[in-house]
Amino acid sequence: MINRECGVYKTTYQSDMAFFRVPLARSTIIVVLVLAAIVIPFVATDYWFGAIILPFVIFSIAAIGLNLLTGYCGQISLGHGAFIAVGGYTAAIAYIQGVPFLLSVFLGGLNSALIGLLFGIPSARIKGLYLAMATLAAQFALPWVISRVVPFLVPTGLAVAGGDTVYPPAIYIFGWQVETWLDRYFISLAFLVLLTIFSMNLMRSRVGRAWIAIRDHDVAASILGLDITHYKLLAFAISSFYAGIAGALLVFFYFRIAHVNEFDLGLSIRLLAMIIIGGLGSILGNFFGVAFILLLPIFLNRLLTTVGEAAGIYVSTGITSGVESLIFGTLIIIFLVVEPLGMAKLWENIKDYFRLWPFSY
Amino acid sequence: MTVLNVQGIDISFGGVQALLGVSIEVNEGEILACIGPNGAGKTTLINCISGWYHPDQGQISLDGQDITRLPAHRVATLGVARTFQNIALFKRMSVLDNIMSGAHVRMRSNFLSCGIYWGFGQKEEVHYRELAEDIIDFLEIEHIRKTPAGSIPMGLQRRVEVGRALASQPKLLLLDEPMAGLNVEEKEDMARFILDVNEERGIPVVFIDHDMGVVMDISDRVVVLDHGVKIADESPEKVRKDPQVVKAYLGH
Repeated sequence: MINRECGVYKTTYQSDMAFFRVPLARSTIIVVLVLAAIVIPFVATDYWFGAIILPFVIFSIAAIGLNLLTGYCGQISLGHGAFIAVGGYTAAIAYIQGVPFLLSVFLGGLNSALIGLLFGIPSARIKGLYLAMATLAAQFALPWVISRVVPFLVPTGLAVAGGDTVYPPAIYIFGWQVETWLDRYFISLAFLVLLTIFSMNLMRSRVGRAWIAIRDHDVAASILGLDITHYKLLAFAISSFYAGIAGALLVFFYFRIAHVNEFDLGLSIRLLAMIIIGGLGSILGNFFGVAFILLLPIFLNRLLTTVGEAAGIYVSTGITSGVESLIFGTLIIIFLVVEPLGMAKLWENIKDYFRLWPFSY
Repeated sequence: MTVLNVQGIDISFGGVQALLGVSIEVNEGEILACIGPNGAGKTTLINCISGWYHPDQGQISLDGQDITRLPAHRVATLGVARTFQNIALFKRMSVLDNIMSGAHVRMRSNFLSCGIYWGFGQKEEVHYRELAEDIIDFLEIEHIRKTPAGSIPMGLQRRVEVGRALASQPKLLLLDEPMAGLNVEEKEDMARFILDVNEERGIPVVFIDHDMGVVMDISDRVVVLDHGVKIADESPEKVRKDPQVVKAYLGH
C-alpha cells in the first residue's frame, strides 16, 4: 500500500518476489488489520455494521472476483449479479438441508463457479461488447431458472412469496451461534482476508501473468503457448467463485433472505462501476471502488442534511436524494476523466510523487 | 540433423495463393535467413510453422513429429518460439513479467498452487526467475527489468521480445524482422544477440529481414521467396549472384 522503496535492498529473488516487497508495506497492512479486527469492533455501532461495514466487506469480495475477470483477464461480465444469486441460493438451500455452514458457503462458491464457467464459454469466440451481451443472458436467464427450480428444493414452510424466497435459519458454526453483527463481520472479514491473499498470490504468479497476457495481446499469448480458452474459462470460474462466496455471505448475514429481486442487473452494473472507479487490474483498487460506491451516497446524504440544518433550511428527503445523485454522478465522471485507470492509479501517482520526497534529486 | 522440416506447403486466402509448394529444412545449429519482396509470403511461412495458420497442403514436422495441424499453443509447447514484425509485447506488464510469461509453457503450477503460493508455487517461481534473470543479463536489459514494456524504446522492446521467446527454452527460434525500425547500433546489438543465441544456446534461428548487410553477414543459408514460391535456397554468396534472385528482389 504505502511503499517507500528507497534504501530497501534485496539479495535473493525470493525476497524480491515476496508478498510484501518493502517492510513498510508489511507494517501498513498490519495496522489496517489491527484497525479492522480490534478498533472497528469497539467503535462501530450496529447501524455502522449493518449499513456500511458489512456490505463493504462482502462487496469487496465480489469486486475482487469481478476484477480478476474484467480487470486482469480483460473479459467483461454483466452477469455477476446472477452469479452472486446462484451462490446465495445454493448456500442457503444447502444449509437448510443440513450441510454445515462453512461447507455450504463453499458449495455456494463452487456452484456459482460452475455456472460462471458455463456462461463463460462464449468468451472462447467473442470479445468486448459482444461478450457483454452474451453474459447479459446470464442476468436474464438465471433469476428465472432460480425462481422455477428453488421451490422444489426447499422444504415447504420455509419458502414463501411465490416459492423463490428462502429464509436461512439461525446459523451455527461448530455449535456456536452467529448472532450479532460483530460475529457476522468477523466471519466475513476472515473470508475477505483469505480471498484477498489468494487473489494477490494468483496475480504474482503463472496464472496471473497468463490472464494479463491474454488481456494485453491475445495473439502473442497463444503463440507463447497459452491455451487461451482454458485460461478464460478459469478466469470465469474463479471470478464466479468469489461472486458465489459473496452471495452466500450476503444471504446469510446481510439480507438474511434470498430473493431474486436483490440480484438484478443493477447489482451487476454497480459491481462494474466499483471496479472501474476503483481501478481495473488492481486488487487495492477494489477496496477504494467499493468504498466510493457504497459510502459516498451515505456520506453525501449526511452532509446535505447537516448543511441544511446548519443553514436553518428544511431540506426534504426528495431534494437530498436528488442532489446526492447529482453530485455522485458528477464525481464519477470527474474521477474517470482525471484518471481513467481509477482510484488505484491516483493512489499510485501520489505514491510516485512521495517516492523521493522531500529530496527529489 | 534436421530440426524443422517443411514439406511442400500450400496456403491460400480467398483468391490469393500465399504459398505454393514451399519446402525448407532447418538443421541443428543453423541460422537461416528468409528474404523476398513484400507480399512474397515470408511472414505467412512463419505463421504456418508457429501454428497460427494451417497450410492447405503439405507437412511440417519438428524433430520428426508432425505439427502441421496442431494449434499454436501446442506448437509452442513442443519448442517453437517466435517474435513478431510489429512488436507484440504485453504492454502493461513489466519487462521481467514479459520474460517470465515466456516460460509459461515450461512451468507446471496450476491455479491452486499459484493461489496458495507458499510451497510449490514459490519454488517454481523462484527457479524460473533465475532463468529469466540469465536471459536479462544476456540481453543487457537489467536496468529496465521492472519498467512496463509499453514504455521502453523500440530497440529495447525488440530485445525483450527475443528474451520472451528464449524464456520458453525453444528448439527453434523464429524472428520476424528483428531489425525493423532499429538504428545501426541497435542492429549491431541485435545481430550479436542472434549469433550468441545460436552459438551459446545452440538454438537454430530462422529470421526474416530486409537488411541485406545483416542477412549476408550472419546467416549460414538464405531462402528466397517470391510470390509464394521458393526461388533460391543456398549460401549467402551464391544467393547474391543468383540471377533469379537479383531479378526478383535484390536488383543490380
